[in-house]
Amino acid sequence: MAKFKKKSNTSQDIPTAALPDIIFMLLFFFMVTTVLREVTINVKQSIPKATQLRKLEQKKLVSYLYVGKPNDPEKFGTEPRIQANDAFIEVDGIIQFIEEEKGKLAEHEKDQLTMSLKVDEETKMGIVSDITEKMKDVNARKLMYAASQKGVE
Amino acid sequence: MARSGRKIPEVNSSSMADIAFLLLVFFLVTTTIATDKGLTLTLPPKPDPNEPPPDITKNQRNIFKILVNSSDRIMVEDEELTDVTKLRTMVKEFVLNFGKPTSEEAQALYNSLPASLKALSKKDPTSSDDPKEAVVSFKADRGTSYDVYIAILDELQGAYYEIYGDRVGISADDFRALDRKKPDEAEKYKIAREGIGMQISIAEPSKTGDN
Repeated sequence: MAKFKKKSNTSQDIPTAALPDIIFMLLFFFMVTTVLREVTINVKQSIPKATQLRKLEQKKLVSYLYVGKPNDPEKFGTEPRIQANDAFIEVDGIIQFIEEEKGKLAEHEKDQLTMSLKVDEETKMGIVSDITEKMKDVNARKLMYAASQKGVE
Repeated sequence: MARSGRKIPEVNSSSMADIAFLLLVFFLVTTTIATDKGLTLTLPPKPDPNEPPPDITKNQRNIFKILVNSSDRIMVEDEELTDVTKLRTMVKEFVLNFGKPTSEEAQALYNSLPASLKALSKKDPTSSDDPKEAVVSFKADRGTSYDVYIAILDELQGAYYEIYGDRVGISADDFRALDRKKPDEAEKYKIAREGIGMQISIAEPSKTGDN
């Protein structure tokens, strides 16, 4: 039993030489995964699931419209609304919004503007078709219904 | 024994950095950065108000009609459909029917198809003549739920992507992932779509439902 009672002189320090590495690792991890959001989304967003998804390659050619029930029903009601950038817009405001977005692009890229519609799955088709009709009016014909992959979380 | 006890035992920490990098790489690989994904679509151009609408003399058999009402009930070719997933096979059979090929091109197209796609061709005289003529017409109502609309659109596009994939011997998933900037993949994309356009006509919704 004497073996166990023996006092050891070993140091109890944990080596901290690798601590910076770990911190850097965490830093990199968060740097990579964090998506910087430019706008605060004020509508309910539960994107429908689908299987036949395609990726959009050029991010700068994409503009987003968010459609859904407002998060603050007391202020904005319970009917689905359209959000562009930080503000709610009416259906008629879409033309102006698309023209503004086209204005940000170079001349040869103007036709390639893709509208990404992020529509909440509880929305009715009426408002969605209003948007697509307005898009046709301003000849912004590329459209993407945002969806997430079915079966995979 | 006493001599060894006085020594300060250390864990060799030189490989700690390696472990850290390993973890870093692991997370880098497994984390999916939120990318923009969805169902892509190109809208038809706005009809010119100065020109009269073109006369459409399409045979009914060449149109595959899908109607959805405001209570999300689906009608396909005048019959009610309850299982949306059946739509994919129905559309594939409709497009590849080759009931009465209208031109030699269409016949050549049929001959170029792989056996798996030829098997879908029923040559039914009451269905589409050939893929060039076949149009899938999809009409929803303003009161249709968006998720039902997406589910149907997903099946329709899926049917075409599966046909395209089969033509070049890849899966529908691989076909959608083809990068058109690479010449060899762009070539595959072209071959797959040759003669079979994705003719999905989405009509403006009717207005019986509210909003």
